[in-house]
Amino acid sequence: MASVTDAELKGMTQEERVKALGMTTEQLTGKSLYMEFDPDAKERFAYPWAPDVDFNKRTDLDCDGRTTTEVNASIRDLMAEGYGTIVLKNPRGMHSLGVGILSKLNLIIEGSTGYFAIGLIDGPNVRVNGRVGWSCGENMMAGTVVIEKNAGSTFGAAIRGGDLVCKGSVGSRTGIDMKGGTILVGGDTGALSGFMMQRGRMVVCGNAGKNLGDSMYDGTIFVGGEIKSCGVDAVEAELTDLDKAWLTRKLTQYGMMPDKGVDHFTKIVAGKQLWNYDNLEPNEKKLIL
Amino acid sequence: MAGTQYRGSEIKDVNQFMDDAAGLETEREKEIGQHIGYRYDVNLVPDYDRITPFLKSYMEFMGWDDLNWLEDIHMGYEEGSPAVFDRNINGWVRIPDSIELPDNQQDRDMIARELLLKFQMSDRHPLVSLRKAYMKF
Repeated sequence: MASVTDAELKGMTQEERVKALGMTTEQLTGKSLYMEFDPDAKERFAYPWAPDVDFNKRTDLDCDGRTTTEVNASIRDLMAEGYGTIVLKNPRGMHSLGVGILSKLNLIIEGSTGYFAIGLIDGPNVRVNGRVGWSCGENMMAGTVVIEKNAGSTFGAAIRGGDLVCKGSVGSRTGIDMKGGTILVGGDTGALSGFMMQRGRMVVCGNAGKNLGDSMYDGTIFVGGEIKSCGVDAVEAELTDLDKAWLTRKLTQYGMMPDKGVDHFTKIVAGKQLWNYDNLEPNEKKLIL
Repeated sequence: MAGTQYRGSEIKDVNQFMDDAAGLETEREKEIGQHIGYRYDVNLVPDYDRITPFLKSYMEFMGWDDLNWLEDIHMGYEEGSPAVFDRNINGWVRIPDSIELPDNQQDRDMIARELLLKFQMSDRHPLVSLRKAYMKF
């Protein structure tokens, strides 16, 4: 930029300005690592460092008298010993329970949890027999999480993969900034659900609050009930046969299939009017100003 | 005006980004010299009739009834080559030429899922070294 004067830039076409400023060299499509898959790679289902756990080896873990850190460390210790099913007793609304589990496991939480429960997980199957507070399943990578009752706000914030299920209703900003995965809600969801969603799927069997899918870039939201209002750039799209097959499979799997089927669901996607992915605009504004 | 209209290309054909590596279609893309948006349909849900035996075994191993996180994995295209985005290393990994590609995106996605899974679970994945260097627990 320093080598080109403002006067010179003003005399150029936009394409010439772009090249003079060196702005076409940075690609927006992701970094190439120039790596190739090995077609003869061994068939493995677990990370090399994952503990070898057996779903049939079961134990209880009482949360009473322990801190959250101690409970979470105990879960890891039990997994290292091969326990594949762990039942947490007396959670009593503790925060951040069950976070950072990075391999397969059946975790059953008998009671309710506080905020940020079961975040940052990569693989386990978790069932919570009570309620959960804010941001359950935040940044989840893989696995299944089933909440039998209601959940607080920002349910599944920034989720990247896996199935996050609440059989009851959830608060506002469900799936805010979600980048993948599936969020299923049996009841209603609050305002600004799917805010800045980038990809993934959200299914709400009940009603959705105001500004659904506001500023979503991509991804899909299916709503079985009424939508109070759609947010900026969230638009209705056609429900395809493939969508219906997928919805039927997913909802049946978690025992949440509505009596009237899935034909009545409304599909919401991004209108793509807010796509500002190109890196020229900040510099263009500088030029204009 | 910036930010008021969709400026990316539509995906019309399964080989679109292999036949035309740059994939520049709209005026805006030609102007900036870059394709806007993904090179595949991120919203395409899997067709479970096309699932492979290997993926079925993985689901069984993990105790899942569906593809779970792999539902978000698709075959994309990088510089004219088929490739898969690996979220664990924030980069593209290419499909070797020796693998014959089916003529539809659904079957290509199943291949992408198999290859990515085997790669992520292997000792040659970069996360193995990163974990040794930085793991906290």
